[in-house]
This record gives sequence, C-alpha cells and structure tokens, in this order.
Amino acid sequence: MKKITAVVKPFRVDEVKEALKGAGVAGMTVSEVQGFGRQAGHTEVYRGAEYTVDFVPKVKFEVIVDDAEVQGIVDAIVTSAKTGKIGDGKIWVTSVDELIRIRTGELGTDAI
Amino acid sequence: MDSGNIAWVLISTALVLFMTPGLAFFYGGMVRSKNFLAMLMQNYFAMGLLAVLWVLFGASIAFGNLGDGGWFGGFDFAGFQDITINSKQFAAFTGGIPDPLFLAFQMTFAIITPALITGATADRLKFAGYAVLIGVWLLVVYSPVAHWAFGGGWIAEMGAFDFAGGLVVHINAGAAALAVLLVIGARKGHGKEPMAPHALPWTLLGTGILWFGWIGFNAGSALAANAIAAQALLNTIIAPAAAMLGWLLVEKLKGKHVTTLGAASGAVAGMVAITPCAGFVGTGPSLIIGFLAGIICYLALFIKEAAKLDDALDVIAVHLVGGIFGSIALGLFADSAVNEIIPDGLFLGGGSDLLVDQIVAVAAVFAFALVATYIIAKAIDMTIGLRVDEETEDIGLDQALHAETAYNNL
Repeated sequence: MKKITAVVKPFRVDEVKEALKGAGVAGMTVSEVQGFGRQAGHTEVYRGAEYTVDFVPKVKFEVIVDDAEVQGIVDAIVTSAKTGKIGDGKIWVTSVDELIRIRTGELGTDAI
Repeated sequence: MDSGNIAWVLISTALVLFMTPGLAFFYGGMVRSKNFLAMLMQNYFAMGLLAVLWVLFGASIAFGNLGDGGWFGGFDFAGFQDITINSKQFAAFTGGIPDPLFLAFQMTFAIITPALITGATADRLKFAGYAVLIGVWLLVVYSPVAHWAFGGGWIAEMGAFDFAGGLVVHINAGAAALAVLLVIGARKGHGKEPMAPHALPWTLLGTGILWFGWIGFNAGSALAANAIAAQALLNTIIAPAAAMLGWLLVEKLKGKHVTTLGAASGAVAGMVAITPCAGFVGTGPSLIIGFLAGIICYLALFIKEAAKLDDALDVIAVHLVGGIFGSIALGLFADSAVNEIIPDGLFLGGGSDLLVDQIVAVAAVFAFALVATYIIAKAIDMTIGLRVDEETEDIGLDQALHAETAYNNL
C-alpha cells in the first residue's frame, strides 16, 4: 500500500477530485494548507504599507491505494492539476505499513 | 413645536447611534483576528458606559450655562435634573426641539468620539484602563470642548464655527489618540511582524454603516428639517465620494493598485473633513474639500512613520488631519448664502477673520486635548495600568481579556 500526497493549486481542486474518482480511488482526504516552494509568496498593500506574504494557500490531497494503482493515479493528478505555470505543486508517494477500517476492523488492502 | 424638526432629530439620533457599531466593524476588520472581539467590545462598551455618564454629568458640563462664552457648563443639569419633556432649557438654541431629544442627539456624539481613539490604540489596551480612560476623558475633555463650540462657549463667542464636530469630535479625538500613543507605545512586534488586516469585508461594511449614520451626524446637526439640513445631507454624500476618488488617485500614482481599504479610508476621510463644513458650504466647495481631504489624509499616513508612532489604524491621518483640514477649509469656503449665521470665508470675499478664528480654535482644541489626555492616560498607566502585559498581547486580547474568540473552527 502507498499513500499518495499531492499539494495543488486551490482552483484545480474540482478537476483533481474528478480525476481521482475517474482513476478509481475509493476515498480521499483534503485539507487547506499554506506553504511555499519556488513560487514563493506575494506582496499585499494596506494603506501604502507593503506586507510580504510568504505562505501561499494550497490544497493537499491524501489517498491510500494499492501498489499496482500508484502510477495511474499519479498520472491522473499530474494531468488534472497541471497549469504549466510556477506553483502547480508537488506529489509524493510513501509506503504505508498498516491500514485499518475503524468500523469493521478490516486490515490492509481490504480496508482501502 | 415643529413636528417635522422633531421627527428629523429623532431619526438622526438613531442614525448617529448606529455609527458606533459601524466604527467597531470599520476598525475590527483591520485588526488581527485574535483582537477582533476586543475591538468590538471597546466600541460597544463605549455605548454602555458613556450613555450613562452623559446622563449623569456629561450633558450638563457640555450644555449647562448655554451661550455663556465660557469654558465649562457646570452641574445644573447633572442627572438630567430639570430636563423633562416640557422643559425649555435649550429652546432658544435648538429651535424648540424637546430638551431630552436634544441631549439624546448630542449623547450619540459623546459616545462615538471617545470610541474613535480605539483605532490608534488597537490590540494593547487593558480593559479596565480603557474604561477609566474613556469615562474620565468624556467628562474632562469631550464635554468641556463640546461646551466651547457646541454649547455657546468661548470658541463660539470668538466667532469660530463647527457645524457637526470637526473640532469637538475629530480634532479632539485625534489629539487624544496621539496623547495616548505617547503613553502606551507601540504594539509588540510592530515593524517586525506583519500585522495586516484580518478581514477587510468587515471594514467595508463598517464604512457603509458609518456613511449612512453620518447623514444623521451632519444633516441632523441642523437640528431642523430645513434647507440647511438638505445641503448638509448632500455634502455628506458628495464630499466622501470625492475623497474616495482623491485617495485612490494618489494610491494608484504611488503604487500599482487601487485597494478596497483605500476606497473605505478615503470615504471616511471625506466624512471627517466635511463634518465642520456640512451646513455652511455649497456643493462645489464640498467636492473640492472632499477631494483634497482624500489626498491630504493619504499623504498624512507618513506622519506616524516620521514620528515613530504605532497609530495602528491611522486615527491621526484620518481624524486629526482630516478634522484640522476641514475646520480650516471652513474659513476659506464658508458661504453665508448657504447659512446666514456664518460670515463668508476668504474665498467668498469675506476676508480672513473667519479663517483666523478657525485656526485659533483648531490650535486650542488640539493643544488642550493633547495635554489633558496625556495627563489622564499617564495617571491611569501609573496606577491601574493602561497596557496589557506581553503574554496577553501574544495570546490576543479576545481570549486573554474576554475569554472568547471571534472565529471558532472545529
């Protein structure tokens, strides 16, 4: 099992969600997050005073999938989240040791 | 009694009362979210405390000994003694609206004026210190100055004019804000940490409420449903409109963007500047005063940098500078054809007498409010304390002082 984490532009959320559903994921967790990469922050101006805002709003998707599905899902996210402009975000894949469905106690891939 | 006049002052009283909640949200949107409720509380509490103190002492200090050309109204009407629906204590001055109505209308001014100070001192006042400050300030500074200009005191006798509160409200509160800043100092982290407004939609909503209420503030100050009120109403719409344009123009020329906070700030600067002039100047001068106020108040933002003052929400630039500009502009643009009680200003061929009187009045109110407020604030700071400790400031006043938070997630 792998966990795929993707940090994407907020206005791509619907596209990424639909692409993930189309790729067959059974569920996902979404959070609003802030951070910066190469895009860095931006400047805001209040009554002539400039404020540097380092952290840019992004949305983080987390899905847990079977090893065999990883490549297809990563491709779906890349395709749906990509604008070609700086700040499109990142995807990373990590191993998951164990997964438990709380309601039934099912373990491993049965709980996906 | 003229029921039209009474009806208009009744409505105006409600309009001006609504300005204090408007001010609360105008300021509240600009502070950090951890201090939002504390800002609202300071303003709403002003309605609670100052309405009561006005009845007990303030109204008498301001409007006792009416027209004496003096400094202090005394305590004859303390607790609204001898003020009834049938009394005629102020009839000669007010055109016959009932005494309780006149004092209720004036009460709404007495509530919002001390509340204006909270913009400068945002995010760092102790609640008890604040409560004592505005209570004492109402009786020692606001009410006497109201007597000088509104109550037929020495400023009125000298020949200076203040239609609705350029001197009494804006210079008075602006100079007081400066004095309190000199006592309490800057917010923790000022100039190092970003302190951007937490939710400008509140500020814009507050601006709308202020503008709406300001119609009562200025046009209600005619104390009658007459042509002077009509001109004051028109001026209260068009001067802020022109001021918004002036502020945004400078903003665009100096930077790249026109901002929502700029639109709101410009409009309020115009409301401030037209206040002393509202029922004394014509339509054209009103546009000029507003437009210039937008530019001047924007440029006055630099004062706090130059003086190293943490005037958090720019009370000095908007209220002190806007009030001074409007009060002096009256000496230039006053028009006896608009209102027969005022002589023509310099630009209308009336010579410089009015202008000189206006400048003397501006200087006197500024100096008195600055010195008296400094003494009051210093005394509070040295006894019960006026400023919160650093930990409270870090946590935020909402949680630390009021055990509440404005936004609850989860």
